Amino acid sequence: MSAPKPTPQEPGAKGPGSAPGGVFAKYAHLRDTRSQMLHASPRDPFNVVIEKPLSASEGVIEGRPTLLFGTNNYLGMSQSTPAREKAQAVARSMGVGTTGSRIANGTFSLHAQLEQRLAKLFGRKHAMVFSTGYQANLGTISALVNKDDILFLDADCHASIYDGAKLSGARVIRFRHNDPADLEKRLKRSAHESGARLVVIEGIYSMTGNVAPVKRFAEVCKANGAALMVDEAHSFGVLGENGRGAAELDGCEGEVDFIVGTFSKSLGTVGGYCVTDHDDIDLMRLVSRPYMFTASLPPEIVAATLATIDDVEAKPELRAQLRANAAQLHGGLRAAGLKTGEHPSPVVAVTLDDIPQALAFWNGLLEAGVYVNLSLPPATPDNFPLLRCSVSAAHTPAQIEKAIAAFAQVGKAVGAIKA
Amino acid sequence: MSVENPQTVDDITALIVERLLANPKVPRNINGDSRIMQDLAFDSLAVMNFVMEIEDALDVSVPLDKLADINTIHDLAVCLKSILDEQRGQA
Repeated sequence: MSAPKPTPQEPGAKGPGSAPGGVFAKYAHLRDTRSQMLHASPRDPFNVVIEKPLSASEGVIEGRPTLLFGTNNYLGMSQSTPAREKAQAVARSMGVGTTGSRIANGTFSLHAQLEQRLAKLFGRKHAMVFSTGYQANLGTISALVNKDDILFLDADCHASIYDGAKLSGARVIRFRHNDPADLEKRLKRSAHESGARLVVIEGIYSMTGNVAPVKRFAEVCKANGAALMVDEAHSFGVLGENGRGAAELDGCEGEVDFIVGTFSKSLGTVGGYCVTDHDDIDLMRLVSRPYMFTASLPPEIVAATLATIDDVEAKPELRAQLRANAAQLHGGLRAAGLKTGEHPSPVVAVTLDDIPQALAFWNGLLEAGVYVNLSLPPATPDNFPLLRCSVSAAHTPAQIEKAIAAFAQVGKAVGAIKA
Repeated sequence: MSVENPQTVDDITALIVERLLANPKVPRNINGDSRIMQDLAFDSLAVMNFVMEIEDALDVSVPLDKLADINTIHDLAVCLKSILDEQRGQA
């Protein structure tokens, strides 16, 4: 069954907001670009509906069973049986929502339990839970630095980190991606300036799968008097002997001041956190607007998250399987002649030449029963379009082979693989 | 000809133009009045990445919020000059 073709939007005004001076007038260029994309594509890549998940690695899309290689479900936890059961039981006993912020009526004993659990898991003194991973970055960054401080961001940091930077009002200096020497140069340039200095990096970068050299960054931060925050959103549950992320992998957790992460990747639920040994973290609860002015996580989500943390801790074999699956997908795509990053990682990005080729490739894969993410400039590093795949411990070797075969076949058809 | 040790806004403008022209995709007729996003067809990411190159050439760092007010190559040169002056004053 083929997808219903969306009605392409014609360039030009659409309703009163689009008229000159209207609230949507500033998006005229975006409207034109989107319209051109919809003309060139049989379906909207940014509006794919997963009608029903069949398992952690398969779902129904356009009425057909489709392999899911575009989710962040690294350990398959979104379908965890213990988590479903805990969530159901807690929903029955406690209801489905808190209706308030953590600092008002929104703190249940479960929230405190989750924070204690996270602190213990990371071997840290303190943990603070946010309602989403996005808010964890916004809430932590905007609380730690303000207009009198300087924030140093890896150039490829996630939008939530840039948005946290804006909310903080701090002066923001970008440094070259994964380049501690470039950071050091920029830290030294500002050595004479007053105010706190915070450096933010990610453990695994979400678009490319690149892994940060955390230890080297920690050394540079220490030598130059800056605090270090690592966002382990994509690396928690994936890297390190105990799955605590890139800092654990690099053996430098004690040199990282703040670890931020999310529940929505390898833990399969939703929410975010910050863990630290700094005793003043409780002050963040009183100044962090994304923590104070939003409803707290619903109890069934907290219960499910506690259950998936138990699952992740109890099953280190999932990480070994994930590594093997990542190596299989990465090796297979490279052997097929596609351009990927150098090192295997659960995020495997295939770089393409231009947007028409990327659109054709993405549509061809979906028609062949493989769903991946399409990422277009300017959201991608170096302005090349990407097909972003994420592999899960739940994928079978046969499913990965099927995906590689689809990539090879469609890649040849669209000219991304030269004969 | 390369711009050595730029001291004035004009020197910095010349340095920026020289660096931009090293990119074959940039139009050949640019000058200080050229608008970086419209005339050079740079998106916001390309602007940030290009500014990093100029930062290294001049050994300064431009906070991202300063870029919001920059429209032309001349605007960028004025911004860089003010940061350089501030930095020299504090050195």
